Amino acid sequence: MILRIIPVREFILAAAIFLLLLLISTRHAAFISPSNLANVFNDTAPLMILALGQMVVILTRCIDLSVAANLALTGMVVAMLNVAVPGLPIPLIVMIAISLGAIMGAFNGILVWKLAIPPIVVTLGTMTIFRGIIFLISDGKWINAHEMSESFTAFPRAEIIGLPVLSWVAVVAVAVFGLMMSRTPLGRSIFAVGGNPHAAVYTGINVGKVQFLAFVLSGALAGLTGYLWVARYAVAYVDIAGGFELEVVAACVIGGISIAGGVGTVAGAVLGALFLGVVKNALPVVDISPFWQLAISGSAILIAVAFNARAGKTRGRIILKSAEHTS
Amino acid sequence: MTDTAAQPRHIPDRLHGSLHRTLRSWEALLLLVAVAIFILNSFASPYFLNAWNLSDATFNFTEKAMIAFAMALLIISGEIDLSVASTIALTSTAMGLALQYGAGTPELVVVGLTVGLLCGAFNAVFVTILGLPSIVVTIGTMSLFRGISYIILGDGAFRGYPDSFSWFGQGYVWWVITVEMVLFAIIAIIYGILLHKTNFGRAVYAIGNNSTGALFSGIRVQRVKFMLFLLTGLMSGVAAICLTSRLGSTRPSIAQGMELEVVTMVVLGGVNILGGSGSIPGVVIAAFVMGLVTFGLGLLNVPGIVMSIFIGLLLIGVIAIPRIVAMIANKRSRP
Repeated sequence: MILRIIPVREFILAAAIFLLLLLISTRHAAFISPSNLANVFNDTAPLMILALGQMVVILTRCIDLSVAANLALTGMVVAMLNVAVPGLPIPLIVMIAISLGAIMGAFNGILVWKLAIPPIVVTLGTMTIFRGIIFLISDGKWINAHEMSESFTAFPRAEIIGLPVLSWVAVVAVAVFGLMMSRTPLGRSIFAVGGNPHAAVYTGINVGKVQFLAFVLSGALAGLTGYLWVARYAVAYVDIAGGFELEVVAACVIGGISIAGGVGTVAGAVLGALFLGVVKNALPVVDISPFWQLAISGSAILIAVAFNARAGKTRGRIILKSAEHTS
Repeated sequence: MTDTAAQPRHIPDRLHGSLHRTLRSWEALLLLVAVAIFILNSFASPYFLNAWNLSDATFNFTEKAMIAFAMALLIISGEIDLSVASTIALTSTAMGLALQYGAGTPELVVVGLTVGLLCGAFNAVFVTILGLPSIVVTIGTMSLFRGISYIILGDGAFRGYPDSFSWFGQGYVWWVITVEMVLFAIIAIIYGILLHKTNFGRAVYAIGNNSTGALFSGIRVQRVKFMLFLLTGLMSGVAAICLTSRLGSTRPSIAQGMELEVVTMVVLGGVNILGGSGSIPGVVIAAFVMGLVTFGLGLLNVPGIVMSIFIGLLLIGVIAIPRIVAMIANKRSRP
């Protein structure tokens, strides 16, 4: 039943994005040129990568509001590392970024798993803590382009077969997560934990541990994006990616990932991110003030969640209609 | 909420009555923390024990606490509203707009309260009538409400509020007692009575513990939740009036991030984030604790962002530490 709904939901979202592109092209034909679309994709890549991690977390009935702060802290650490040791090879920096992000994710995960603190409280707390730590280590100073080494900032922009590395990282992440969610025991247990935690326990899945792993994955992706972000924009300061966590959650919600857990797909997360990316990039092109963006993404969240709730409401036997409504 | 009159005065928060006692001790502990911070602060800075400084310090929490009381009820009932700060932004923008059309102080207050209520009603419709999860709805309206402010104001600002309007945020009732302090006290008492002494309050607890059970015992669950969202919107409106009056201007970035501080205050006050338990006195003490911490660190020249580390640690610590203690105690009793 649910499996039948999911492809339809993603199809509708894809159609909506396609229609949006058509609409924009009537005002400004150059927007849908392949090179510009590649630009839009590259611009949306960080959102897409983070949405994948957030998707896994939301699927296990949790939420990670600390991703943007995690991204900013990792970005600041690797930027400072680059300033201190300019010769550090890029693969090592990437490894450090991923591990650091994963450690922060693990911190969230441990609190959720071992102490059973609600994820929203944990990540609200760590969000402010991570941001504060950035200030502590950087003293509130900026790290600018001229302080970073050439190879450090060049990496995400380097082109491979016509696309920058940043875009390729997103493509690889999507492929890896697609495989993980559909072909591995971890992917199955993530769905199981979100779908019905009690049943998951009886099938031998450690619910807390799966949630922990989801936070580690989300954190690792946030760390990776942290390096890519700082290197791409060639600047690191306390407030980078401020409020980005909400955009990430928005991408997931628009992509049809149920906040109640257990329902959602990789394609949904990617399309949700792309939708927001297209809107963001199209506004200046069609002469709408960028100040509209916040309201538009807010409305998109509300419409998407109302729409998805309707699509998913038919399952189960309803004994008392209004009681079903409240639970 | 009219059918619960025959019930006993006090419904236990959980089936085990001992939790009630823990809650009591939670508030006692929190009060101890508040006193300790007060004493530490008065040693740390010679400027702390000054009536005017302390009076200024209350602005750190009065506006947030007004919303926190309504939020506490909402969280006890098992819902949450993350759009409160954006509601402030939209409300303040609406007042600024009204000002451009020549509204005086009474009209501004009416506009503020009405827009706050409307924002609450908007959330309420999505949550109670469409049956959507409140966390997603209010993340959406959080963007939407502030987004509308940005559409109206862009990077501009509304200024030039009338002198009489500044009374709310800058006025004094008597000596060092500010208007906001009096409002804070009145609202605290109203919410304390509403939650702890009325059928409505008992319904809120019942819904938070078991909403299906509450429905079967004759509580109009959706109607109570609708009211709670309205109250939260209204309180955001009141806070918006105070904040706008205090700042004397409206920008779309007003009160950014305040929703997190409000939720922190509520959780710090001993309200269970999963719903079902909590008390208004706890939130009152939590408001003082947060206000004293921010003020004390401010006197010691600690930057705001570092204070946020303390707030974050406080939020996680207050929940984590009792659980860690309980875990260790459990291991000892059952080796």
